[in-house]
Amino acid sequence: MAKGKLLGVADQEELLLNGDEAVAWAVYHVEPDVVAAYPITPQTIIVERFSEFVADGLVRTEFVSVESEHSALSACVGAAAAGGRAFTATAANGLQLMNEILYITSSLRLPIVMAIANRAVSGPINIHCDHTDTMNVRDAGWIMLFCEDAQEVYDTVIQAFKIAENPKVLLPVMVCFDGFLISHTAQRVKVFKDPNVVREKFLGGPRKPVKIKLMGQEVELSLNPKNPIPVTFGPLDLYDYYFEHKRQQSEAMQNAYEVIREVHDEYAKLSGRSYGNGLIVPYRLEDAEIVVVVMGSAAGTMRYVIDGLREEGVKIGLLRIKSFRPFPYKEIAEVLKNAKVIGVFDRAQDQGMMGGPLFLEIRAALYDLENRPTVVNYVFGLGGRDAPPELFRRAFDELVGIAKGTVKPFIRKYIGVRE
Amino acid sequence: MSETKPGWKEILIAGVPFKSSLEYKTGDWRVFKPVIDDNKCIKCLLCNIYCPDMSIKVRWDETGNKALGVYVNYEYCKGCGICADICPVKAITMVKEER
Repeated sequence: MAKGKLLGVADQEELLLNGDEAVAWAVYHVEPDVVAAYPITPQTIIVERFSEFVADGLVRTEFVSVESEHSALSACVGAAAAGGRAFTATAANGLQLMNEILYITSSLRLPIVMAIANRAVSGPINIHCDHTDTMNVRDAGWIMLFCEDAQEVYDTVIQAFKIAENPKVLLPVMVCFDGFLISHTAQRVKVFKDPNVVREKFLGGPRKPVKIKLMGQEVELSLNPKNPIPVTFGPLDLYDYYFEHKRQQSEAMQNAYEVIREVHDEYAKLSGRSYGNGLIVPYRLEDAEIVVVVMGSAAGTMRYVIDGLREEGVKIGLLRIKSFRPFPYKEIAEVLKNAKVIGVFDRAQDQGMMGGPLFLEIRAALYDLENRPTVVNYVFGLGGRDAPPELFRRAFDELVGIAKGTVKPFIRKYIGVRE
Repeated sequence: MSETKPGWKEILIAGVPFKSSLEYKTGDWRVFKPVIDDNKCIKCLLCNIYCPDMSIKVRWDETGNKALGVYVNYEYCKGCGICADICPVKAITMVKEER
């Protein structure tokens, strides 16, 4: 690679990729030490395509075919504890089977990256998109980044490794994107021409585990046999230390806000693409009285509807939440402080709750505002139910009605479901 | 539990132990302690082999070839009772700890 090419935006080429292939290309460009995965729709294409890269000799990654998702993540835990860079991918029920290891990964502070093609959780069996699978594991101590399209998926997977491996963070990252809507939909995606732009320039070569002081000696925080003093991962940790270790995890999550922004900005310089500040992505919010909040691919449809309403003179905007964990409550309160009516759109189950998970957290984030806006919840698109512009248009008109005082505010509604 | 333990800013992350296992004295877990009757002991050393915590120690003669007897390292013995169970001549009895 010529030295001069290191400055400014790196050379890229445009490919026709679906969301899953975009992940595979990102992982190819990162070249982790270990990829262990088990196939599940709609994530399968990721590892299918990546295994071809391995077979073609484009990467030196150790590709491990395992017998379950529980084993997939467990193999990654071993690889990461040994100091390697590890990646896996799953969705829906596969993610639920990983549940036990999700908590172990984050508590052992292993910077594993996992792609999730969001899919409804059985039963009844459904392979299509909603966010219930990831909402179900939102408290597992993983950083969770939600993408809108295949390009963002490629960009975010690469960033995820750098965020995860930052010594101030050292937490695993999930990169989530809508199953089928993004995972199986082909799109023009710009990828770096030279993988070394990602591997060497952006990530700085292979993963370097942090150094720690152990019994007076400097050792690597890994199961590296060359350590002068061996390190133990995962021993019993009872009432006298467990709480302190959880407190450390909370602190790492707090540090992640800043690191996500820094990595996002650095990547933006390298790629020429940016997504808000890396945490939230505002759209036409400057003077918006009505704001809709959403995660995932529905944001594109919503922007189209918002543009139409703006032409009619309605002051409406969109806030897309990219980072769900850590939840950027301060940034959200800041950009929504002047809004009158807010509609939060949850593509996830709300059973037994006051509303969907996104709604609850948005509402809580706004509680300390001087002028609290009206916040209502819409649950939509479960199990891949189509969410066309007309659906959102009707809901947005309702929000306009609430702002005008012609529609009575409510807590939660289900849209797109047959009565 | 009366000793002052380090806070979350001081200890290693990821639950990685920061001191040698020798410093984790597990003897205070014990409810019953093994007591060895030297008169009954036939020095077969089965207790030494079976002890999961290497807490049954052997007293050797000066040549290092002949066992003179066994004794318990109470700093680490958790009182599991395996030694008493395995002893073929019932030379080890488990006695309730008095604290």
